[in-house]
Amino acid sequence: MEIYRSHVLVCGGTGCTSANSLKIMEEFERLLAENGLEKEVKVVKTGCFGLCARGPVVVVYPEGAMYTMVKVEDVKEIVEEHLLKGRLVRRLLAGSEEAEDAAKALEGLDFFRKQLRIALRNCGVINPENIDEYIARDGYKALGKVLTEMTPQEVIDTLKKSGLRGRGGAGFLTGLKWEFAAKSQDDQKYVCCNADEGDPGAFMDRSILEGDPHSVLEAMAIAGYAIGANQGYIYVRAEYPIAVKRLNMAIQQAREYGLLGKNIFGTGFDFDIELRLGAGAFVCGEETALMTSIEGRRGEPRPRPPFPAVKGLWQKPTILNNVETYANIPMIFLKGPEWFAGIGTEKSKGTKVFAVGGKINNTGLVEIPMGTTLREVIYDIGGGIPNGKKFKAAQTGGPSGGCIPASHIDTPIDYESLVQLGSMMGSGGLIVMDEDTCMVDIAKFFLEFTVDESCGKCPPCRIGTKRMLEILEKITSGKGEEADIEKLEILAKNIKASALCGLGQTAPNPVLSTLRYFRDEYIAHVKDKKCPAGVCKAFMKYVVMAEKCKSCGICARNCPVGAISGQKGQPYVIDSDKCIKCGVCFEKCPFKAIVKEA
Amino acid sequence: MMEMVNITIDSKKIQVPKDYTVLEAARHANIKIPTLCFLKGINEIGACRMCVVEVEGARSLQAACVYPVSEGLVVRTNTPAVREARKVTLELILSNHDRSCLTCVRNRNCELQKLAEELNIEGIRFEGEMKKQPLDDFSPSIVRDPNKCILCRRCVSMCKNVQTVAVIDTMDRGFDTSVKCAFDFSLGEVPCTNCGQCINVCPVGALREKDSTHVVWKALADKELHVVAQTAPAVRVALGEEFGMPIGTRVTGKMAAALKRLGFSKVFDTDTAADLTILEEGTELIERLNNGGKLPLITSCSPGWIKFCEHNYPDLLDNLSSCKSPHEMFGAVLKSYYAEKMGIDPSKIFVVSIMPCTAKKFEARRPELASTGYPDVDAVLTTRELAAMIKEAGIEFDKLPDEQFDDPMGPASGAGVIFGATGGVMEAALRTVAEILSGKSLDRVEYEEVRGLEGIKEATVEIGGMKIKAAVAHGLGNARKILDRVRSGEGQYHFIEIMACPGGCINGGGQPIQPSEVRSWTNVPAARARAIYEEDKDLPIRKSHENPAVKMLYSEYFGQPGSHKAHELLHTHYARRENYPVKN
Repeated sequence: MEIYRSHVLVCGGTGCTSANSLKIMEEFERLLAENGLEKEVKVVKTGCFGLCARGPVVVVYPEGAMYTMVKVEDVKEIVEEHLLKGRLVRRLLAGSEEAEDAAKALEGLDFFRKQLRIALRNCGVINPENIDEYIARDGYKALGKVLTEMTPQEVIDTLKKSGLRGRGGAGFLTGLKWEFAAKSQDDQKYVCCNADEGDPGAFMDRSILEGDPHSVLEAMAIAGYAIGANQGYIYVRAEYPIAVKRLNMAIQQAREYGLLGKNIFGTGFDFDIELRLGAGAFVCGEETALMTSIEGRRGEPRPRPPFPAVKGLWQKPTILNNVETYANIPMIFLKGPEWFAGIGTEKSKGTKVFAVGGKINNTGLVEIPMGTTLREVIYDIGGGIPNGKKFKAAQTGGPSGGCIPASHIDTPIDYESLVQLGSMMGSGGLIVMDEDTCMVDIAKFFLEFTVDESCGKCPPCRIGTKRMLEILEKITSGKGEEADIEKLEILAKNIKASALCGLGQTAPNPVLSTLRYFRDEYIAHVKDKKCPAGVCKAFMKYVVMAEKCKSCGICARNCPVGAISGQKGQPYVIDSDKCIKCGVCFEKCPFKAIVKEA
Repeated sequence: MMEMVNITIDSKKIQVPKDYTVLEAARHANIKIPTLCFLKGINEIGACRMCVVEVEGARSLQAACVYPVSEGLVVRTNTPAVREARKVTLELILSNHDRSCLTCVRNRNCELQKLAEELNIEGIRFEGEMKKQPLDDFSPSIVRDPNKCILCRRCVSMCKNVQTVAVIDTMDRGFDTSVKCAFDFSLGEVPCTNCGQCINVCPVGALREKDSTHVVWKALADKELHVVAQTAPAVRVALGEEFGMPIGTRVTGKMAAALKRLGFSKVFDTDTAADLTILEEGTELIERLNNGGKLPLITSCSPGWIKFCEHNYPDLLDNLSSCKSPHEMFGAVLKSYYAEKMGIDPSKIFVVSIMPCTAKKFEARRPELASTGYPDVDAVLTTRELAAMIKEAGIEFDKLPDEQFDDPMGPASGAGVIFGATGGVMEAALRTVAEILSGKSLDRVEYEEVRGLEGIKEATVEIGGMKIKAAVAHGLGNARKILDRVRSGEGQYHFIEIMACPGGCINGGGQPIQPSEVRSWTNVPAARARAIYEEDKDLPIRKSHENPAVKMLYSEYFGQPGSHKAHELLHTHYARRENYPVKN
């Protein structure tokens, strides 16, 4: 094995890749060769480090120096200063620039200090395209242990003892799910992985697949052994090309090593995995729809019971877990269920990965122990709200979830507390909203998504969510009446009760939770005809302040609809009937003479 | 002995078989749960959410039509939450439904309309955008009105799962979801067989037959024309349903009387042509058996089946009997022999076929079915259309006297009558072929082994020292199964009867529509078939070759079955049809 004195880890996740990290890698390789360092320094493409807001990210070991927002032009400096002369490039260093060494710099970074990375343990650490790196980090050791030392029932018992719950939605106990499938008698069973991550702004599963695909393969093989299945399917979005590529490489390498296929570890256990690419329908993340799609039919949910553990894929007993759930599993077998159960809260064990986005400084991917408060996530890990704005609410659970208002910012994040607040864990999207956010508009945004993604099978979702959206559009366009709020509530309640699948049943949640915490905003829209956050265009108008106007005419020249008129020496006037409220005049006026009036 | 489970519905404790759904259990307890998308055995998908109930322990309301019972299950079907949920869902469906009920073909026979009445819908609280889509009326048989479609998907299940034709399916998603043909084609541009089973399962007016009543009314009013009606066997055992009579009521005499009152110059029985078909087809079979012709011989009476074969099994076209379907034979006879005999210019004869079938509308337009230079048949009315005309004319159907079919072409034999049920053509053929092959009159008339509603029936019948291997399939899904067996060589038969519609013509796409409430729990085809076989039993002549009208036709006109003249007028040919794109 070749020994290198330094390793340069370049993030190859989707975010950093889009920010040109692959060019940065090439530049490193080119400059290292130019300086004759290619035998001393190795460049590794890794998965996501989590600090996406500051990508592209490059980490240099052994110092552990994390350079952020690196540009191709910066590579020369890192090579010459850090790799040749051993001096940190402090201007690019994440954390405190004054820290005495790189490790100290990172320690000072709350973003990492409060995290506990179990599911993401290998992301940003190993090269996901090389199975040896996974094995070097104890990869496939759990599978070996399971196959050679444990009975299927012991596997299930261990998982139950760990308290691991599904990370994809409702939080069902994973061990129990496996037990149901294990008890179903059939000649064929299946293990499926839900990698059809579709919540707006969520990319937990993508990052795991891109950064550590083998952890998912290993866990699926363990699942196959536990329930008696020899075939697995990973249903992954075709829009995740890097994840798909790395999964394919990982499956190929695992097969070559005998870790997938026939007679694994010489135990007589056979297990193989195939990929199925989803075309991007949100509903295919629902378990029965996902299986219907794998079967090659229109991805639509079917009623349960029968549950997949009894009749799933091709009517055979099937378990389906999501990517993050699987990624936790090898660690549970390596470190023991007690270790895992010792992390988190009474009913929610372990950690949860969140994709944090919206009005927050450190947009990115974080993994926190269950029970961490929302405040810690937003202010410590997330670095707070930009521009000193006030925190208003956080949205969790995607379009099926709800909003948690500022008054509950100290709630510990676990399955039960989120549900109690009218939201849910979901797969782990966390969108932070500041005081400039209109909650009716937010509800409308999520409803638009649901209406777009409804499969159309049952009327409550197909027509009901559409009607809810129409009412929200009416309210945000200033035409709402008080009775509309009542109609929203009737629809929400009944869609929740009678829709066919989990997506339909949870589709009204964004409306219900905003009505619960921000009802006054709805009332302001329908009664006072005002949008308190100043977001809904219908309620505001642009006005020229006569005393500030210098009659330059810039506003009139830039107005796309000719709504502004005036002449030299006199203040210009905006015709609010013609104005489309695009805000161009507001931006272009050099004298700040145009104001928004709510 | 079926295993039973104890459940509680609305505090009523009952015992039901363990494979019951909650819906079936509730029926057992005389509790009515409303349904809309549900059609037993065909569409059990829990989509419409009208049948939701409270199941103790379940997070949300559950669809009774698909929820299995289990020991100790507790269900509530009539709570404020359940009633409210059903109402809201129904109002939502209605809010996106073209509610021009008064002018709808399904007015007063609409499952949605009935539901609105039963659930006491007083208004629609959630009005909003309605999808507007163009009417598809390019098919010669079937008209689709997507604005009335409520997406219950019964038609899709019927077309895809039962008939295995699969030319319609749900397209797009969410509010844009609609039932469509691939590539937005019209039903007239895809390999639709025109069987019309989709119409029979539609709960609303989204599917109907292409109207022919207007052209028939116009012909009847035309003094220049000699307008003749002929009625298929299945019509007489179903038409009564349109006038509130029980399923399986025979109204042969009243039907003839009604047609005369509508103004038809002559009312004939297509069954006579069915007898003629048996002689031609029987001769064809014997000839193929004796001369090593292409076997199995497959019947050709069902135009839905013929088109299915042309699209999907073009390699088996030579196995099809070259016989025209009975009403087409009849049309050709009317415009040749009858025209000559009566001294009427064939161009002035207007033949109207009253059929249980929508595919016959397409068939009548086939250019090759015009042996005399004029179309053999000028218009095809479904059983439903005839009922509509009788109602429009103010004829009180139930008070009509029984009248006879007109001479010189009737009455027919019982063999002609049973054409209307699956296995009937086979049985009729066996009655005749057996006597021809054995050269003597036989006592055996009934062939029970080819009767009944089993999807595929097989029988080996010994006649005249020969063992004839026969098979009968009804419904195109079953046809596909048997044809695949023929293709693979696994099925070795001499003679196969295939009918496009499940149950045969009695359950054709033009027959009276029974709502799911009836269809799901009553065997409609069986009741109609029973009436057919009773009619057969009551007739003095039960073998086609003994029908005096047929004998007369041969002696006066055609000579022998299979003669040159018979071939000219009574036989046809088939051709491969493309699938996509389709040129119909």
